[in-house]
Amino acid sequence: MNELQERLAWRGISRRGFLKYCTMLASLMALPPAAGQAMAEALARARRPAVIWLPFQECTGCLESITRSHTPTIEGLIFDALSLDYSETLMAAAGHQAEQALKRAVEDNAGRFILVIDGSVPTGLNGAYSCIAGRSNLDLLREVAPKAAVVIAMGSCAAFGGIPAARPNPTGAVAISEIVRDKPLVNIPGCPPIPVVMTGVIAHYLTFGSLPELDRLRRPRAFYGETIHDRCYRRPFYDRGLFAKSFDDEGARQGWCLFELGCKGPVTYNACAHVKWNDHTSFPIESGHGCIGCSEPGFWDAGGFYRPLSAPAGPLKLAAGAVAAGAAVGVAVAIANRARKGAARAAHVTATVADLEKADGGER
Amino acid sequence: MNALEFLAWVRGPGLDLALAVFALGVVWRLIEIYTLGRKPDLAPPRRVPAASGWHTLWRRMLPPPGMFRRSPVSYVGGYVFHLGLAIVVFFFIPHIQLIKALLGLSWPGLPSPVIDAVTVVTLAAMVVVLIDRVRRPVKRYLSTFEDYFVWVLTFLPVLTGYLAVKHLWLPYTTMLALHILSAELLIALLPFTKLFHAFTAWGSRWFNGEINARRGVPV
Repeated sequence: MNELQERLAWRGISRRGFLKYCTMLASLMALPPAAGQAMAEALARARRPAVIWLPFQECTGCLESITRSHTPTIEGLIFDALSLDYSETLMAAAGHQAEQALKRAVEDNAGRFILVIDGSVPTGLNGAYSCIAGRSNLDLLREVAPKAAVVIAMGSCAAFGGIPAARPNPTGAVAISEIVRDKPLVNIPGCPPIPVVMTGVIAHYLTFGSLPELDRLRRPRAFYGETIHDRCYRRPFYDRGLFAKSFDDEGARQGWCLFELGCKGPVTYNACAHVKWNDHTSFPIESGHGCIGCSEPGFWDAGGFYRPLSAPAGPLKLAAGAVAAGAAVGVAVAIANRARKGAARAAHVTATVADLEKADGGER
Repeated sequence: MNALEFLAWVRGPGLDLALAVFALGVVWRLIEIYTLGRKPDLAPPRRVPAASGWHTLWRRMLPPPGMFRRSPVSYVGGYVFHLGLAIVVFFFIPHIQLIKALLGLSWPGLPSPVIDAVTVVTLAAMVVVLIDRVRRPVKRYLSTFEDYFVWVLTFLPVLTGYLAVKHLWLPYTTMLALHILSAELLIALLPFTKLFHAFTAWGSRWFNGEINARRGVPV
């Protein structure tokens, strides 16, 4: 028995259960059915691929999402089975020991390890806003990223800057892709991201030696190809115009659409509505709250979580002034027109029959 | 600027600006037009002027005798796209939501599939009237740059709205932002182009009927 299966068996996951999980992963990523088997074999064969997880300007929510979504997760178990060589939150080592582990992991696996990063990189004050062991995140990233095989930007902060980069962005936070430009990089946005997306990406990489198909924003197309709104089970209510008007009215109890309560499902590309959370139990809309669009770039500054997409994103400041200005211009033009008419009337000279006759009596 | 920022801009400052230009233009032009006035008519009117005003308002909605045959596209196409626009603009549920957010007024909307169908018909009718305008020598001769310009201004919001809803060509967020932007261009330029007929058509028809009745030739 190989290492991964041994570990899984030790945690009470049968080979059959593991195979089912791989088939599910393959189907979620729209791969052919045989890919499930291939993934299972590749994952089982894999020699504990080295993973270095660097936490930058973040809240650890992404890591919590992976390790604690429910117990025990196959995602979590596979994650255990990867050789997580450096993760400050999960590793036992601390201080100089930990830094030593990082150095060794990078050197031993140079060019082969998977670099997972959660959190954005502050660039203000030369990166001084976030430091680990006296070194800025910026500095560390510039040293470690060139030696990685692939880079996974985990969560909205790493993928797009997230909350640290929200206005006014005091630390000059940027996404990983702003710093790492010459490595295969995949963004897995979400606050936090769906655990299965990460295992899907890693399984794909170990099976096929490449990253899954990515979209314009470098997100795996299989998971970020459709909006929440398109796959939402409340969509029929939207199409019929049945909306909850508050979180506790009759419409809310009937499970009507949350569009009027500010749901950002229509502009959010993610897999929550069909992959779901907590062992495929539900997702935010199913529990009665609109989508806040956490996996979209700039979601924090997108005009308010509880303001419907159809409503103005900010107060209308110019309207009243514009009406007054329009009235002023209108009255001014009206006065000018009156003046022109008056001038024309004043300049008018009454013609007499004599005026109409030619002075010389000549040709007409 | 990412798609969501673009959307937030058109929903926020962009909308504010467009509505301000619209309000300024509408108030300005209505005051200007209605203060032009005319000389007091000292002669007693030959017919009842107001009645003739209302009559003309109605009559001008129908083709004069023989005209329908000569230019059926103008009448059918014109009616279809005007009614289609009205239905799409005022009965698509997200549009009602916007009006509610702006003015506090709301009314029941139509189901999305109905709006989809009306949109397609409206787009088709607009294309047909444009082709007719280009192909008929007299219409083409009468057309100025502004006629084609306002056609584009009107067509774009309908087209981008449809593409957004159907998730065609660009990601929904970007397309929705483009849709809102094109609608903002339309409302901002409306007061300063022929599109202002949305405000003046009824008034000027009534005025024509009224003045003709005074002169004894109600039409």
